[in-house]
Amino acid sequence: MAVVPLERKPLTFAERTYLPQIAEGLRTTWRHLVRPKTTLEYPEQRPAVPAGYRGVPTLVKDPNGREKCVSCQLCEFVCPPKAIRITPGGIAEDSAHAHVEKAPREFEIDMLRCIYCGMCQEVCPEEAIWLQSQYSMTGYSREEMVNNKARLYELGGTLPDEHFKWDHKKAAEERGGGHH
Amino acid sequence: MIAAPKPDLITVNVDGRDVSVPKGTNVIEAARQVGVDVPYYCYHPKLSISGNCRMCLVEIGMPAVDPATKAPIMDPATGKQRINWIPRPQIGCATNASPGLHVRTQTPQIKDCREGVMEFLLVNHPLDCPICDQAGECKLQEQATGYGRGYSRYIEEKNVKPKRTRLGPRVTLDDERCILCSRCIRFCKEIAKDDVLGFVDRGSYSTLTCYPGRELANNYSLNTVDICPVGALTSTDFRFKMRVWFLKQTNSIDTESSVGANTVVWSREGVIHRITPRQNDAVNDTWMADSGRELYKAVRAADRLASCRIGSAEATLDSALLTAGTLLREAAGAVAVVGSGRSSVEEQFLTRRLAESLGTSAHLVSRTGPGDGLLISADRNPNVRGALVTGLISALPPSRLEALAAAIDAGKVRAVVSVGEDLAVAGLTAAQLAKIAVVYLGTHVNATSAAARVTFPTLTVFEKSGCFVNQQFRLQRFHKAVPGPVGAIDDLAALSKLIGAAGGSAPADLHAVWRELAPAVPALREVSLAGVPDSGLVLDSAPYAALPFVEGETLHYKPAAKA
Repeated sequence: MAVVPLERKPLTFAERTYLPQIAEGLRTTWRHLVRPKTTLEYPEQRPAVPAGYRGVPTLVKDPNGREKCVSCQLCEFVCPPKAIRITPGGIAEDSAHAHVEKAPREFEIDMLRCIYCGMCQEVCPEEAIWLQSQYSMTGYSREEMVNNKARLYELGGTLPDEHFKWDHKKAAEERGGGHH
Repeated sequence: MIAAPKPDLITVNVDGRDVSVPKGTNVIEAARQVGVDVPYYCYHPKLSISGNCRMCLVEIGMPAVDPATKAPIMDPATGKQRINWIPRPQIGCATNASPGLHVRTQTPQIKDCREGVMEFLLVNHPLDCPICDQAGECKLQEQATGYGRGYSRYIEEKNVKPKRTRLGPRVTLDDERCILCSRCIRFCKEIAKDDVLGFVDRGSYSTLTCYPGRELANNYSLNTVDICPVGALTSTDFRFKMRVWFLKQTNSIDTESSVGANTVVWSREGVIHRITPRQNDAVNDTWMADSGRELYKAVRAADRLASCRIGSAEATLDSALLTAGTLLREAAGAVAVVGSGRSSVEEQFLTRRLAESLGTSAHLVSRTGPGDGLLISADRNPNVRGALVTGLISALPPSRLEALAAAIDAGKVRAVVSVGEDLAVAGLTAAQLAKIAVVYLGTHVNATSAAARVTFPTLTVFEKSGCFVNQQFRLQRFHKAVPGPVGAIDDLAALSKLIGAAGGSAPADLHAVWRELAPAVPALREVSLAGVPDSGLVLDSAPYAALPFVEGETLHYKPAAKA
């Protein structure tokens, strides 16, 4: 390979004094001194979470307080790092939601494994699992980092429902007719 | 020797490909042979044809012949014989192949038919897949994807039907999901011979139900769950337990009786969730008894032995072996070995070796009960014939160990090694058990393990691999489905170490045992473990023809005529 020697350009007089460079540096410093602050005093101050943010996966209830998850285990199946673990179970026949028949007995998401990909939310046929705005998961032990069912519902709360599929079905059953 | 008659083969043409099939084959099976999938719901190879789901519609036609002269009519365009296609589609399940029959399964008419049938089947079918146990192995799911329209035009209301009807102690019916294929009804009538199921009401309100005052309680009721193409019939035991796509399937053998029904054990992460039959047309077709499906519950039973014991104290394997060795040496010349008809062929071979190294012969206990003429035989040991083949015993075992009991009373036997047999059940009294030193290899707590001086915890059939020889002298393999509990020892390893303690030596793993087993056992000289096919290998039964086996007739077994 050919070597091309390059001549370094000699410095001008102004450059040799270093004064323009110092002035330019100070200009940047002063600009940041007078500009509005962009940092936050975390954790006292918290950033606004944008819509569609994929935070910690949670379980939600519908506006009537019914747990939406029916433990179909599709999220467990699709989860790439295998963070989800569900123990399925039936719903007791004397429960108000007996017509749904199935609900998780235990539901665990290991947040040390979760990669926040959102596949569980995407695959859920019942719109029961949502990655919501909670972004900070900390703990002192591995056990603490596993969200169990109670914690997942506590984090998830209630989300609006568009379908009320199971409620329609129950109403039709009580009416003795059909449903859509 | 007269050559076996060749099956009457006829040639049919499916989607342009010729295939030779035996006479009486229907179009679905003929198409299967050329790899053409004809979808169906109500058809089942082992049941009668009802033809009510209409999913297997195909176009059929016969080569044209002149009615008067019977001369073939040629098609001038192709130069071949013209085919007279029947203008309307016919069901493949009820159409038997006839010479020259032509079948088309991929025409636009058939595509329309399938889409139409799927649409009607889905009219009242609930959107239950997330809570349905059949999801993942559901014909309706598969065929809606493969042959359905892909969208719904249905804007009317769906019927609501009962969701959890108890049909029997083990079967729960979800009426909404039923597509009225009648497989379960035909099974109960034709195979289980317990005609309790039927349809009542008409049209959209048709419902599967039991005859008034009766329930689906026969010992084959769970086969209806297996053959249900949708999630209508569900196993009460397996209901809502686990999705099938997580389960690992392991081939196994039903240990209830000497029929040796072929099974699949479905497990996930070391936990067995269900047992289903595996098709073997020479043994159990596609069926198995309900009682055999519950055997997996013994694996995680509370009374499982999980550590070696000396007396009632837990001990390490080494100290237990040391103690056992001392006991056997102290009683040298007065040791008896009780083998088991529940042990695998390999374990029985090592039991024989153990008896040989102790200078004694082995006892075996027979276990009998009424046979049901189908898949449970009178001999409730799965492997008595294995004991005969391996030379562990030379005559059929008695049901009670009277000879052993007499020898104990006479003081001729001072120590007994029991390989999985409960000696108290086999006829020894508590006083006799207390008189001798018992070394027990077993899976669960029982009177013998309580009385034993040394106990070795071993594995259930689901936790180890090996072979059984069933009533047809069919050598069948079973495979390890789940790992054993911590502390339990593989039976072969335990036997091998005991043989070591008794002064002999024997291999401790399955393949090493087979290297010694095959040359030592005449019936297995030509057999290799890897060479045993999934459907089993029939051994020569001629040397044992004179033995008075207790089995009566079962599904694919006829006892030899009594001389």
